[in-house]
Amino acid sequence: MSAQAATGPELFDCRDAFTGALIDLARADSRVVAVVNDAVGSTKLGAFKQEFADRFVNVGIAEQNLVSIGAGLANGGRIPFVCGAAPFLTARALEQIKVDAAYSNTNVKLVGVSSGVAYGQLGPTHHSIEDVAWLRAIANLMVVVPADPAETDQAIRAAHRHVGPVFIRTSRMPVPSVHEAGYRFAFGKAARLRDGKDVTIIANGVMVARALEASDRLAGEGIAARVLNMSTVSNLDREAILAAADETGGIVTAEEHTVRGGLGGAVAELVSVECPVRMRILGIPGVFAPTGSAEFLLDHFGLTADGIGAAARELVRRRSPS
Amino acid sequence: MQPLASIAPGELARRARLVRQRDLEMVYAAGLGHLGSEFSATDILVTLYLGILRVDPADPNAPDRDRFVLSKGHSAAALYSTLAEAGFIEIDELSTFMKPLSRLNGHPDRNKVPGVETNTGPLGHGLPVAVGMALAARMDGSSRRVYALTGDGELQEGSMWEAAMAAGHFGLDNLVAIVDRNRLQQGDGTEQTIRLEPLAEKWTAFGWAVREVDGHDHAALLDVFRAVPFTRGRPNLVIAHTHKGNGVSFMRDGVAWHHKVPNADQIELARAELRGEA
Repeated sequence: MSAQAATGPELFDCRDAFTGALIDLARADSRVVAVVNDAVGSTKLGAFKQEFADRFVNVGIAEQNLVSIGAGLANGGRIPFVCGAAPFLTARALEQIKVDAAYSNTNVKLVGVSSGVAYGQLGPTHHSIEDVAWLRAIANLMVVVPADPAETDQAIRAAHRHVGPVFIRTSRMPVPSVHEAGYRFAFGKAARLRDGKDVTIIANGVMVARALEASDRLAGEGIAARVLNMSTVSNLDREAILAAADETGGIVTAEEHTVRGGLGGAVAELVSVECPVRMRILGIPGVFAPTGSAEFLLDHFGLTADGIGAAARELVRRRSPS
Repeated sequence: MQPLASIAPGELARRARLVRQRDLEMVYAAGLGHLGSEFSATDILVTLYLGILRVDPADPNAPDRDRFVLSKGHSAAALYSTLAEAGFIEIDELSTFMKPLSRLNGHPDRNKVPGVETNTGPLGHGLPVAVGMALAARMDGSSRRVYALTGDGELQEGSMWEAAMAAGHFGLDNLVAIVDRNRLQQGDGTEQTIRLEPLAEKWTAFGWAVREVDGHDHAALLDVFRAVPFTRGRPNLVIAHTHKGNGVSFMRDGVAWHHKVPNADQIELARAELRGEA
């Protein structure tokens, strides 16, 4: 499903890329199984259920069981894609993710949909803005936040090839394509989407398109802002981050997540030790969001091309006072 | 990959005594452990590993093996001692229990110890994972079975009832859950803490076929496991009536022995009793 914005590029719901890839994989590999917690509609797995009724497990509204049953299926040689709304999958089943998936090292693929503030007006119970912090703290768990349909598709296929637990965080917010045709996703490898020497913007998920817009506007002011799509948060692309710190001297991170312990925190942990440069960490500033649509909330918290641009401009100005 | 189908209950009793003796020494040397819960579970573990499970210590990851899950992961020393008796690990290795860098952690790790299927420790994980294992077996059209040994206090975890409801709904008659019904949890009786009874009725209401057995009677345990599936289309629940610390008189039914370690006098008495001398 795509939606045409009034004046902008074509927009896509990454859940469609997820289910499309999953159905492809299931056709080619009989080990692929979908496990879901009642949310057949919000995970968009209706077509999968139609085609693969015998490989579709609905555990009901029971997220702890959702993850544990996935781990048990993996023990039996299946490749389970364990799907649910990100806030419930990650928070309710955190110990199951830690013990049954990561510590047990089972071949479980966790797919959290409607992450970040995608649920908008439904409120903070339904926002998933702590999940990256929680999950990247867990050893032996890949954490991936794709930016667009092509990357979502490839991340799902890469998760299928990888032996071991993976968490993929997808949104339901419409996003444009941000990658060139032929883009190749790899775990732990950032994509440099804009070159630049003055400052670096590191983003993932729905923030990547906004980072690109910010970079394009900054270019008009003579500021060359590098843009890295850091879709893999655990484990980070250390080389790309340290090169950015060394070569551009300042880093803005932008994520649809609390500023506490997410992408910005991960980058800061590395940069502060290996190549200290001034940073700005943009995200939800440690509060429960007020009522509003996802778009409203991103604007409200300055998670916009304007907000990113202002932070980047400030870093450049502070580095070269004149 | 066949169990010793003809193993006699008396032989199981002899081997269970060895398993308890080694378990006692492991916990005494480590200064840590859960002897009470281990001795209540030992006869169940020994009966399964030596008489029922289709597993092969020479090929512990054979795809179509039966699965055993120790949902009450704190009884790890009893599991390790049983795995050694069944040939999955060396008996000599048991002395490394909880020593620095030992494979034999205080709770079992499948990535280190052959024969362990999933990592447990926090309660309420093993049975839900076992439900997934049983679903996988059914998808494969396999006759393999999945066994999960749970504590009784563990049934206070909500996730156990998520699993109970799912297994009942899916009609997993290849799944066997055994409740080690020793009636004690860490600090008090289960019924004094948060009541479990009427336990059989609860499981029946969740769609399981329930049998009750003396969890220290090897012949009765063999019989009940050989009667699986109790009812076609229903998961199997065995309420094994046991005694915490069974085998050592001063530990038996003592709530303090959940994770108490014997002192120098107590160890001699316990050793003598387990040798059958006291």
